[in-house]
Amino acid sequence: MSQSSATIRSFADLANPTRFLALADRLVPWFGGIAAVLLAIGLYMGFTAPEDFQQGITVRIMYIHVPFAWLAMMCYTLMALSALGTLVWRHPLADVALKAAAPVGAVFTALALITGSIWGKPMWGTWWVWDARLTSVFVLFLMYLGIIALTRALDDPARAARAAAIITLVGFINIPIIKFSVDWWNTLHQPASVFRLDGPTIHPSLLWPLLVMALGFTMLFFTLHLMAMRNEIWRRRVSAMQRVEARRAERQGA
Amino acid sequence: MSAHALYVAAAYGISVLAIAGLIGWILVDQRARKREAADLEASGVRRRSQRKAGTTA
Repeated sequence: MSQSSATIRSFADLANPTRFLALADRLVPWFGGIAAVLLAIGLYMGFTAPEDFQQGITVRIMYIHVPFAWLAMMCYTLMALSALGTLVWRHPLADVALKAAAPVGAVFTALALITGSIWGKPMWGTWWVWDARLTSVFVLFLMYLGIIALTRALDDPARAARAAAIITLVGFINIPIIKFSVDWWNTLHQPASVFRLDGPTIHPSLLWPLLVMALGFTMLFFTLHLMAMRNEIWRRRVSAMQRVEARRAERQGA
Repeated sequence: MSAHALYVAAAYGISVLAIAGLIGWILVDQRARKREAADLEASGVRRRSQRKAGTTA
């Protein structure tokens, strides 16, 4: 790879997959390293922080449950922006970003549901209730699965990209519903306690480890997303080369 | 270990397993893609942009 292909001068340069691959190769080790360090610090802070006076030790589930839930929504938002990139600007990497993000988002959503369920059993006395917050996040999980299936169902990548982009945009309506479900409906799930107009209502001793963990998981998400995008670019590149090669062999055979 | 500590351990344990599985899956995919590209390269298939640089396919 020549040196010039590795320099990114503007956002438009990212549209060139070769330049993007060079950038991803350089960023992935840094992002992964920063994620590991932040998660290690966050875990140390979380497990040395005092226990909650009501919830006791189970409050420690918060340090993973809340970041998973944030990432579940952030990942979908990123996919919705990628969908706009596909439909409006026809950015060649937008569909790659959408397709690569879906499995990562699905895992984080599943973990938000599972850790929430494990937290709910000792605190609420039940693994699951069909209240607005839990149900809307479950719907988000199903949408992730649908998008994963759709991005892999059609052989023509351009048609698959359009279909997945449209479905993703339609499903984005669910994100504000998840965010405000705890305000609009009477739910067993607690209302927001970090991102509030009047400031966080969590004690700083619990808030700081949570924020460090959230940042660490966000870096982990971007590491995995870049790696998955890199794989997807290679997959498309190889299948394009195979197509060209098959056509060439056909011509020579004729 | 109290009963509550078990819930915490279960939540962290499942999360570690799931994330390790996700990372493993991405790495396996990465190796498969690299091998595919190397196989094509070995059989003499080049990208158009590489062919211009003087290599004949």
